[in-house]
Amino acid sequence: MDLFDRITRLGAAAALAGSVALGSAAATAQEGDPIRVGILHSLSGTMAISETTLKDVMLMLIEEQNEAGGLLGRPLEAVVVDPASDWPLFAEKARELIEQEEVDVVFGCWTSVSRKSVLPVFEELNGLLFYPVQYEGEESSRNVFYTGAAPNQQAIPAVEYLMSDEGGGAERWVLLGTDYVYPRTTNRILRAFLNANGVSDDDIMETYTPFGHSDWQTIVAEVQEFASQGLPTAVVSTINGDANVPFYKELANQGISAEDIPVVAFSVGEEELAGLDTEPLVGHLAAWNYFMSVDTPENEAFIAGWHDFIGDDARVTNDPMEAHYIGFNMWVQAVEQAGSTEVDAVRQAMYGQTVPNLTGGVAVMNTNHHLSKPVLIGEILEDGQFDVVWETDDVVVGDAWSDFIPESSVLTADWTYPWVCGNCETPRFQ
Amino acid sequence: MPIRVNRALVLAFALALVLGVLAAPSRSLAQEAEFAELVATLATGDFAEKTAAIAALTATGDPRVQPMLEAMADRRLYLREEDGLVAIGEDDAEGLRLIDVLTGEEAGIVGSRDVDRIRANNRMRGIIRSALGTMTLMNPDAAVRLEAAETVFRSQDEGALDALEQALAAEADDAVRAAMEKARAAILLGSEDAVLRLEAVEALSSFTDPDIRSMLAALLVQDQDGTFAETDEAVRAAATEALDAIEQRLALWRTAGHIYQGISLGSVLLLAAIGLAITFGVMGVINMAHGEMVMLGAYTTFVVQQLFRDYMPGLFDFSLFVAIPAAFLVAGAAGVAIERGIIRFLYGRPLETLLATWGLSLILQQLVRTVFGPTNREVGAPSWMQGAIETTAGITLTYNRLYIILFCLIVFAGLIMVLRRTPLGLQMRAVTQNRQMAKAMGIRTGRVDALTFGLGSGIAGMAGVALSQIDNVSPNLGQSYIIDSFLVVVFGGVGNLWGTLAGAFSLGIANKLLEPYAGAVLGKILVLVAIILFIQKRPRGLFALKGRAVEA
Repeated sequence: MDLFDRITRLGAAAALAGSVALGSAAATAQEGDPIRVGILHSLSGTMAISETTLKDVMLMLIEEQNEAGGLLGRPLEAVVVDPASDWPLFAEKARELIEQEEVDVVFGCWTSVSRKSVLPVFEELNGLLFYPVQYEGEESSRNVFYTGAAPNQQAIPAVEYLMSDEGGGAERWVLLGTDYVYPRTTNRILRAFLNANGVSDDDIMETYTPFGHSDWQTIVAEVQEFASQGLPTAVVSTINGDANVPFYKELANQGISAEDIPVVAFSVGEEELAGLDTEPLVGHLAAWNYFMSVDTPENEAFIAGWHDFIGDDARVTNDPMEAHYIGFNMWVQAVEQAGSTEVDAVRQAMYGQTVPNLTGGVAVMNTNHHLSKPVLIGEILEDGQFDVVWETDDVVVGDAWSDFIPESSVLTADWTYPWVCGNCETPRFQ
Repeated sequence: MPIRVNRALVLAFALALVLGVLAAPSRSLAQEAEFAELVATLATGDFAEKTAAIAALTATGDPRVQPMLEAMADRRLYLREEDGLVAIGEDDAEGLRLIDVLTGEEAGIVGSRDVDRIRANNRMRGIIRSALGTMTLMNPDAAVRLEAAETVFRSQDEGALDALEQALAAEADDAVRAAMEKARAAILLGSEDAVLRLEAVEALSSFTDPDIRSMLAALLVQDQDGTFAETDEAVRAAATEALDAIEQRLALWRTAGHIYQGISLGSVLLLAAIGLAITFGVMGVINMAHGEMVMLGAYTTFVVQQLFRDYMPGLFDFSLFVAIPAAFLVAGAAGVAIERGIIRFLYGRPLETLLATWGLSLILQQLVRTVFGPTNREVGAPSWMQGAIETTAGITLTYNRLYIILFCLIVFAGLIMVLRRTPLGLQMRAVTQNRQMAKAMGIRTGRVDALTFGLGSGIAGMAGVALSQIDNVSPNLGQSYIIDSFLVVVFGGVGNLWGTLAGAFSLGIANKLLEPYAGAVLGKILVLVAIILFIQKRPRGLFALKGRAVEA
């Protein structure tokens, strides 16, 4: 364990040197104690593939804010910790950030299980977490702002699109997912939605696979069989991360094109497509609130800033990065408005904050701690980018509790008076 | 008399010619305006209008339609913002070179912001393709004709019948003929004439195709008052009979397909486990870093392909042949280093070995993550590994899986040869069977240990080359295979290569036969439970080693 020890010590030394450099540079620019911003993203382990980029984008946003004069006349300081894709460690690191590092806000988490694991810590210590990833909904915590999409901002519009004439008029549905909470909940909502739209259970096939499933031969053959009943068929994929690549490869190798059976995915974005042989995926769909290919001045500036910061023009941007961009700017505005970084004051100031989306229009923070954002559907192109084929006319209000699950449809999340509640049937103060 | 007739004919012909010449410009002018309007609708209309425009355009039979629609399907059709010109765009060094679809002339070079790409989503491309399907039935390329016939078959478009019959009469290629006849029968299924329908059902009954099954099943659907979709009783009887026959053949093919998939999964398991069969099975080292050797092999493939891309892009198809020995050497060298650096101090202490190699696997993962980045790396498939053999019954045998089965058997045979026919193999077997005696006979056991471990690791590296073709090349690649590998080796019988072979294939086939019934998650659990029960009954696995080595 000698070697291991030395490596960790080396890493710690490097991190220390980095933060000292950052701190001193900032201190020369502004007066006052720094405002500390916690970043809770896995930098090692299985989730590092997705979360490392989010750490980088946070560092970029903080650097830009410092160049623009900091916040409340004080510099911002990033405190980066590595929860190593280990769910219990997320809770420990969250506690460390709030209690020992005394950060004013935390940006972090990717998987739902990591969010569920830190939730009690944030609620107990009254911390503030910005969660940037699309998720299954059915949650609204007083201490979390959800800047990613709720199911009604991603899954439902995608299914509506595929049902429409334009999207292929699908009548049979394959709900394909990895076996954990996000796909199970999303598919439950989708099944209820499909049933409500006259699709019978016979026309829905729901299949789950273990994590990292790499042998898709049988399932793809089953999908093909299911699709050969003469009715247009579509696949809704909540397959997690790495298992997507072998799935799409198998689809392409078995000669199923996006024109025969379109696959719409909720976890495949630009970052996942970078470093992939995209040929088998061309024409398949993804639903997000942001695509790098959207041509707006805001997006162009964001991408240029990202390339500058990371020093590599080949790096892509994606939806969770935009979520952090929106979340961070809203937090900055809320702090300025509140004149303090104190959590309760900032939370009150968050409601109704607006930040321009990178894809046009304006994102609004609602009192249920979810955003109003536009929904876009794109087809995958050869170069790993998306061709936007459909978008909502206006922003969609994020719904914490799904209208399509009977026991959830009666619940309301509203953190302002008289409700002040994340899951109540009646207001707490009447 | 004959002269007069001739004269009358000539006169009539001349008249027709004059009339034709007179009529032609006026007709084509009106047509031209209509054509231009259809093109404009294609660019700016909503979805329904666009669809109608595509149908109308194909009906004109104009030679400009095919390239225009093809460009639209390939996302190369643009609308110039300033004047509404519809043009095909070609990438040029200076921007986008526009070619006017109406005149076929070049219309200048523009930047990407000056034009709008005319959106064509999957559905639109499907409509375009079936519209083009009829137009390409006479294409000189047999593959295009085959595709066209398949498109017509799926659309069951009655409008295509005439074109199809013409094409059928001229068709020489057998495979294309069969596809066209299938398409013709599918169209005739919707004919008014019961005799034609009966003929169609009989023609279709000889094909084994899930699509046909659903077409036939649609005939037998009853509505609420009990009337069948197909009114003629003879046709219904024929359809029922044909349906049964097709169902039977399909079920047979499906089972065959599952067994093939099982063999394919088994070959992947065998590849991943075969190196472990040496390090764990023969040497008895519990090597948790085995998966990372596989990962190193996959990353070696990536590096080799990167070099090919940079220096010899023309020879890219051969990159795997370089990657295989390279991966063997890299992973093998890593294996020797691990054995000499760590494991040799831990022989006879399995728990410490387990912990040390597990730690090592974490270090290797993070090392790769630091060097190559946490995201997936792109490993391309050479052209000869892409695609599949399509059987008529909807079962596809993909080339990459076929080659992996082949590769796995070659590696297995090679390993058996090394163990049985080379001095190194002899020494390895001697050391594992009786270390003291081997030492006494003058074998340098330390060197043999290092080489054995290196051989096992090197084979894991070669497995990485194969796995890079079907799985992600990411730092986590190895983790997903380590448990399965141990399972295969333990199930097959520790120390027995043939046991590993049998174990891998029986696990693969069992998994794939269970999957359609139990689902992927439950199927895997069932297999695990079965193995646990089996190991209770036979702790030494399928093929237990006998003799003194076991007791030692």
